[in-house]
Amino acid sequence: MSVVKEHYKMEKFPSNDVMLDLENLKKVYPTPKGDYVVLENLDLQIRKEEFITIIGHSGCGKTTMLSMIAGLNPISDGKIKVLGSSIKGPGPDRGVIFQSPSLMPWLTTFENVMLGVKKAYPDATKKQKEDICKYYLHKVGMDSSLNKRASEISQGEQQRVGIARAFAIKPKVLLLDEPFGMLDSLTRGQLQDVLIDVWNKEKITAVMITHDVDEAIFLADRVVMMTSGPSAKIGDVLAIDFERPRSRKAILEHDDYYKYRKHLIDFLEH
Amino acid sequence: MKDSIIKVIRFIGFGFLEPLIRLISGEETKKNTKETFNKIGAPILSIFAFLLLWNIGANSLYNSLADSKIEKAREVGGDAEAERIKNIIISAKDKLDGQFIISDDIEDLKKLSEANIHAVALKNDKGTYDINYGLSSDEKKEVPVTLPSPKQTKNAFYTLWVDYKIVRADKKAFKEKTAKLNEQRVADGKNAIVYTGRPSFVDQVVTSLKTVFAGFLLALLIAVPIGIITGLSPTLRTSVNWIIQIFKPVSPVVWLLLVTMIVTTLLRNSEGDSSFIISFISVGLCSMWATLVNTAMGVASVDTDYINVAKVLKLGNFQKIFKVILPASLPLIFTGLRITLSVAWMVLIAIELLAQSPGLGSFVWEEFQNGANDSNAKIIVAMFIIGLIGFALDRIMLFIQNLISFEKETI
Ligand SMILES: Nc1ncnc2c1ncn2[C@@H]1O[C@H](COP(=O)(O)OP(=O)(O)OP(=O)(O)O)[C@@H](O)[C@H]1O
Ligand SMILES: [Mg+2]
Repeated sequence: MSVVKEHYKMEKFPSNDVMLDLENLKKVYPTPKGDYVVLENLDLQIRKEEFITIIGHSGCGKTTMLSMIAGLNPISDGKIKVLGSSIKGPGPDRGVIFQSPSLMPWLTTFENVMLGVKKAYPDATKKQKEDICKYYLHKVGMDSSLNKRASEISQGEQQRVGIARAFAIKPKVLLLDEPFGMLDSLTRGQLQDVLIDVWNKEKITAVMITHDVDEAIFLADRVVMMTSGPSAKIGDVLAIDFERPRSRKAILEHDDYYKYRKHLIDFLEH
Repeated sequence: MKDSIIKVIRFIGFGFLEPLIRLISGEETKKNTKETFNKIGAPILSIFAFLLLWNIGANSLYNSLADSKIEKAREVGGDAEAERIKNIIISAKDKLDGQFIISDDIEDLKKLSEANIHAVALKNDKGTYDINYGLSSDEKKEVPVTLPSPKQTKNAFYTLWVDYKIVRADKKAFKEKTAKLNEQRVADGKNAIVYTGRPSFVDQVVTSLKTVFAGFLLALLIAVPIGIITGLSPTLRTSVNWIIQIFKPVSPVVWLLLVTMIVTTLLRNSEGDSSFIISFISVGLCSMWATLVNTAMGVASVDTDYINVAKVLKLGNFQKIFKVILPASLPLIFTGLRITLSVAWMVLIAIELLAQSPGLGSFVWEEFQNGANDSNAKIIVAMFIIGLIGFALDRIMLFIQNLISFEKETI
């Protein structure tokens, strides 16, 4: 385990293995007091089917980076490539799960998922589309409330539907911005399991921001640590070598767990 | 049972009855007695206070006008004349504030000679009523005409009500009489003869409601689509903003004149009454701005979370507008529509008055010009009816809003 390095040398992967490639990324927000450089010289490669978690201090630019990958936030300089080609705005290859569930409260849970499915499977029959929605709602354990309005279900249930909606459009990359931040720890544990379960089956790449070090270790293949802003970049990357499927109990009893944990905490407190 | 009643009354906007229902069902007597007083007792007390103040005000105006009449009489005819006028005015006041009897017993006519009878409406053999007033011709001549008292207003209300029944019966009789003839005329390809008698107060109310409804629909059809389009495009919004800013504060009177110029030119060759068209278009144009501004604002300020979801899911324009933007901005659109309806009702009276189109506005104006001794009281009746209808319209809008809105808590 290395201590925090001044200039972290980014590991490079063979290009046919890379799903997401951030090159020399820069983000500048113009403010009344002049330009504010949030991100600068940010390099990161994420492999196919990898689960990446991102940690860093509040305000360092995690959300900014994720929304740029999602295509919701323009890039000031540098490149974001998905499977080798630069992104142009948002696209169905990148699903997003926001911190707040962001379901349309006037639609039912089923209709919320259907909203994306209609667009993602334009050639499917009505029955097929309905089956897709039901399948993913079943996966997240929501089959019993298909016809409830989104405003009538709990936060945790809404986030489940959010996960179903994101997976149902069959993205190559799933981007998650503190998706479980507003939930109690019991629900959070359940939803982590749901997420890992679906991620594993669908063979997609996941990038998730979290503030919770334990969550970061439990879910990730690699934990990416961002330096504090302004001009934040990748500070360190920690590979988590636990075998999958992981059990919470086994991990907590594993010796490496505390080494990983210490590494991350050291970085954050540095 | 109780809970579902409470749910219903809350839903239709009569939530103030809730503590009373709870009280009757014997629930938390102390708390609900207090609540009942707060929500029902106190408003009723304030109504009595209002009537009391009104009565005092109206009587003091009456008395001051009476005093100057008596003084004038003294100058012209001396003390005897002053005394005579004074007696007339005192007895007239009793009759103005007196009872209004609706009866089918001819014996009741005799009561007219009593001191405190305002009028006797007697059922006649045609099935309608003849109204006989208590005021003698001397009293009619000398009675001070000023702000009517609550009782006078109540009597004017009865007068209008009985008059409505008279007109209704008259209309019915006319229809029966002309039914055969009209059939013949229609068969011959001629126009049917229509009733051209005087409209009753209720007819005027109905006409006004029709006009305001047509105006409101016009406002809705213009303002909502334009609001959505301008809300969606910032460029369009800034480019048409000046139109909104300039035309929004324009007075109803000017709108009426503008619409009159255009409509009379366009309809110069067609026969028939264009005043209805002129007034409903004016009402629509005056009142649509609140909806336009609110719709544009609602559409422009949809939560960025929802917009981001729409972007990430790559929704098409149709889906984006109908599944995301419109539902999200519905609360603001409805707020706009409620303002529009209340503005429409408010300006309607002024516009009808000026456009000489039938309705409450022209009723008020005609009564004002008429200057009979119960005209002022009829105007006050119209004022209350106008207020109550405005209130009811707002409640109906609120009801519809609650019905279709996803946020159930707006009251
Ligand atoms: N639209 C904007 N205009 C100007 N500055 C912004 C804008 N959005 C974010 N910032 C600034 O950029 C910085 C990074 O914001 P960002 O939301 O990416 O942080 P974060 O790492 O996600 O924080 P948190 O962990 O609290 O969610 C912050 O200092 C923020 O104030
Ligand atoms: Mg953030």
